[in-house]
Parts: sequence; C-alpha cells; structure tokens
Amino acid sequence: MDASLAAAFSPESVLLQRSASSWREAIELAGAGLVAAAITTPAYTQAMIDVVDANGPYIVIAPGFALAHARPSAEVLRWGMSLVTLAKPVEFGSEANDPVSVVVGLAAQDKNQHVTALKLLGEKLLEPDFVNSLLTVADFAGFQKLLQLPSETIAK
Amino acid sequence: MKILAVCGEGIGTSVLLKMNADRVLKQLGIEALVEATDIQTANVTRDAQIFLTTAGLEGRLAGGSAQVIAIDKVFDLEELAEKLSAALL
Repeated sequence: MDASLAAAFSPESVLLQRSASSWREAIELAGAGLVAAAITTPAYTQAMIDVVDANGPYIVIAPGFALAHARPSAEVLRWGMSLVTLAKPVEFGSEANDPVSVVVGLAAQDKNQHVTALKLLGEKLLEPDFVNSLLTVADFAGFQKLLQLPSETIAK
Repeated sequence: MKILAVCGEGIGTSVLLKMNADRVLKQLGIEALVEATDIQTANVTRDAQIFLTTAGLEGRLAGGSAQVIAIDKVFDLEELAEKLSAALL
C-alpha cells in the first residue's frame, strides 16, 4: 500500500533517542542518517543547515517537528528520508513549534519522485499524537509499525 | 483562483502545505488551483492571487498584489481553514 514510504527509510537512516545540543547538531544527525543509507553525500548535510541559516526555522512545520531538506543537487544520490528522535528537544527558534524532538531529513532528486512518500508521511503527521508516538519508538521495527509499513516491503 | 504554496526549496514544506490546503479548500467548498513551488520561482512569476507559506518566510514574499498567508502549524487544518477563509470568503 505505502511501498514508497517504505522505500524512503531504512534501518541506517533511522536514528532513535539521540542527543543533540543545538538545532545544527540535530540536522547533522539527520544528515548522518542520509549518508549512512547512501542517500546523500556529506555535503548535503551542510546544505540543509545552510537552508536554515538563510531562511530561518520555517522547516519547523508542526509542534516538535522539523523537516530538514535542501534543494535537489548532485549531492543527492537517490531520493530518501532519515528520521532522528532526540532524547532531549532542541530550540530551532520557531515561535509556534519549538522545542523540536523529531527531525526528518528529506533528500530529493527532482520535484516528483519523493512526493508520494512525503504525502504519506504528511498523512501520519495529521494524527495529533504522531510526533509524541515517535518519541516512544525504541527500534526500527517499532518505527515501521508506527508507519504501518509492511515489513516484507522493507526486506524486499 | 490560484494559490501558490511556497517554501524555500519547493520540495518539502510546500508539498505538504498544498496537500493540506487542497483538503481544507474542498471542505470549505472553495475552488482553487494550488501549486507547490520554491520562493525564488514564486517571486519571479508572482503568478497567483494568494501566496501560502510557513511562518518566517512571509517577509521574503511581501509586496506585490498577491496576498500572503503565513501558516504556523502546517498540519493544523483549523488554522489553515481559518486563514484561508478569512482571505477568500
């Protein structure tokens, strides 16, 4: 059903209960997940930080939740996502939605391939308790369950 | 009626804004075309009656004839409905 959302994440790109002392470190973790899953090169991580330096914390789009991303570039090897949950939340400077405890890193190669998966993630974010539920997830299997991703789709 | 959903890069936040705006507009019975785009393209084309964006970017879109709506919580459909209906109804 949601194979495209399953394809977005992998065990390497899901970092749970990590510690970060600033929004930069939180985005660095999201970037590290993308690099570990061979979704991006390390330069993409800096690009995601540059977006916030240039535009402010507009990527904090829901209470406690940031969608870190940069524009499609050669630093993106394939589209995909990473997830970071933080043991202690960090401030991004978002008036409405600080502090942030969940960061999704998004990498896209164009404006289309990732859209179905992103919208499926968006459907989950419409559930009021989704962000808090992510904070209780202890392992990748628990994350899959929360996303209702069929495990056979992940295993392929 | 055309609405541009705008974010910094045009691949993430704007896609989610469009998704939720489409849903709310349907509930409100308002017919509008919503397109997701990045801030540079939006500022060049300025091809919409309304720019819908997230809080913090609205200053980069100010000016011109289009009305700018800034959303704090992208998944708060009540906030979206309130601000869209205030602008459109």
